[in-house]
Amino acid sequence: MSMRRLWGKLLLYGVVAAISLWVLVPLVLIGLASFTPREEIYRWPKPFLPSRFSTETMSFFLGAHGVLPSTLNSIWVALLTIGFTLAIGAPAGYALARFVFRGREAFRLGILITKMFPIPLLAIPLIVTFIKWGIYDTLLGVAFIHTAMALPFAVLITTSIFVGVPRDLEESAMTLGCSRLGAFLRVVLPLALPGLAAAAMFTFVVSWNEVFAAAILTLSNRTLPAQILTSLEVSPVYFKFAGGFFMILPALIFMFFMRRYLLQMWGVAAER
Amino acid sequence: MNPLRRLLGTDTLLPYWLLLPSVAYLVVFFVLPLSQAFLLAFRTDDGQLTLKFFERMVNDAKFKDALKYTFLLTVIVVPIQLATALVIALLVNTGFRGSRLFLYLCAIPLGISDLAAGLVWYSIFTGRGYLNSVLYSLGIIDKPFHFLSYENIPWMFGAIVAAEHWRATAIVLVILIAGLQMISKDYLEAAEVLGAGRLKKLWYVVLPLLKPSLQAALIIRTIFAFEVFAVVIALAGDLIPVLASESYWWYALYRNLHVAAAYGVLLMALSITVTWGYLRFLRTREEVRGLA
Repeated sequence: MSMRRLWGKLLLYGVVAAISLWVLVPLVLIGLASFTPREEIYRWPKPFLPSRFSTETMSFFLGAHGVLPSTLNSIWVALLTIGFTLAIGAPAGYALARFVFRGREAFRLGILITKMFPIPLLAIPLIVTFIKWGIYDTLLGVAFIHTAMALPFAVLITTSIFVGVPRDLEESAMTLGCSRLGAFLRVVLPLALPGLAAAAMFTFVVSWNEVFAAAILTLSNRTLPAQILTSLEVSPVYFKFAGGFFMILPALIFMFFMRRYLLQMWGVAAER
Repeated sequence: MNPLRRLLGTDTLLPYWLLLPSVAYLVVFFVLPLSQAFLLAFRTDDGQLTLKFFERMVNDAKFKDALKYTFLLTVIVVPIQLATALVIALLVNTGFRGSRLFLYLCAIPLGISDLAAGLVWYSIFTGRGYLNSVLYSLGIIDKPFHFLSYENIPWMFGAIVAAEHWRATAIVLVILIAGLQMISKDYLEAAEVLGAGRLKKLWYVVLPLLKPSLQAALIIRTIFAFEVFAVVIALAGDLIPVLASESYWWYALYRNLHVAAAYGVLLMALSITVTWGYLRFLRTREEVRGLA
């Protein structure tokens, strides 16, 4: 290898290492902070590695007023959101993947525009609507708006999933006597299942992470981010560290499982 | 014919039936709130059209700062993110050993909420946080410097920039990577045959073909930057106002839906203006392809 290529390689891996550290180090730090004993969090100067591994910061957070109920609320809202989003979005994704029809592009454009709606513009007026419908401060109401936010992404992801299932297989099944629904249930659905699971995980992450609408549309039935946001002013630093880490954890796990689909959900590569 | 079949009609109607739930849902949860937001912002409770909520918004002591900080943050963060994401995307695109892993690693922040990202950087910038400890061990300071204090607003703003840069670069990254993958290898091979080096290929082939993706990334990222919310609250409380946080406080503290909605309408107006501006001034041959 020539010297020039060697230097090029060194430079490449140097930059890669630097960027990787930039992404990872803050994550490691918040992880360390949430398992540092409480008295050490206030020590000056703060040691990078805690003197001992301690779960007291984390258990203080989990035991703090409102945290466990709001975590359960968050999980319920996310599950409802997954159900609504897939039930409504997957048929649209299938239609976009399998049919050429008038209005297809208009629909895709509409989906795109909804992705760019400012959340305050949705959440504030929905306060009035939800009070009228009697679902203000309920998990159902929060799930409704989370579905609206996740739906455009779910349509794009499911489109690319169904594009990936060979049309031939479906047509063969239909030639062999399956109805379209039968072919879908017996052939397409099993093949699309891993992709749909990824779409469900993405929906979970959207809902689990959303804070503005959840904080605006609830008073007592807070989701976890809404609970943390509204108690920030009165909470000690170790509560914030543990809270930050606790919110990140499930998202990280799900991101790992859905990494293959990351490129498809912004609509740029949806047709490939 | 089975009854379901009759209900759905022929195959030409089927796609419309499949789209119907989504369309209906989006009408109820986007079109209706949108019109309702305008009514809230422009109409008094007894039905009079008015601009007084906008006057109240504009004359509020925090409005100017909110506008200033939202713009400042966008103008600073978006170019840095675009540059960072482009560097990462081009690195991944060289296909070096481990590039896949590197991509997944850089995409991690996609799953992290703005609130959590704010708290992550809070652990770094807070008085007895990690940054102060590093500065101390390097001998630069001997007592904690209060980055996140009302006396050091520029530092606080810097912390928000750092957190936003870290959290939301990944969105730009995945759009650019998807764009890079669409570039046909033929063009690159042709350029190679004609004797183009690495830099020439990048400048004359890759970047021009990437323009639609760059444009899409710029639009999406700018619009999201206007809506910055929980990162700011986590790091600065109400000391640095932005448009979305003002909308939040006007409801959460003052229970004033009208002014809160006015902020929402302002945010939408900004988003539309900036999208139009990008499409107009960064014209590409296939404008729609980059977006849709």
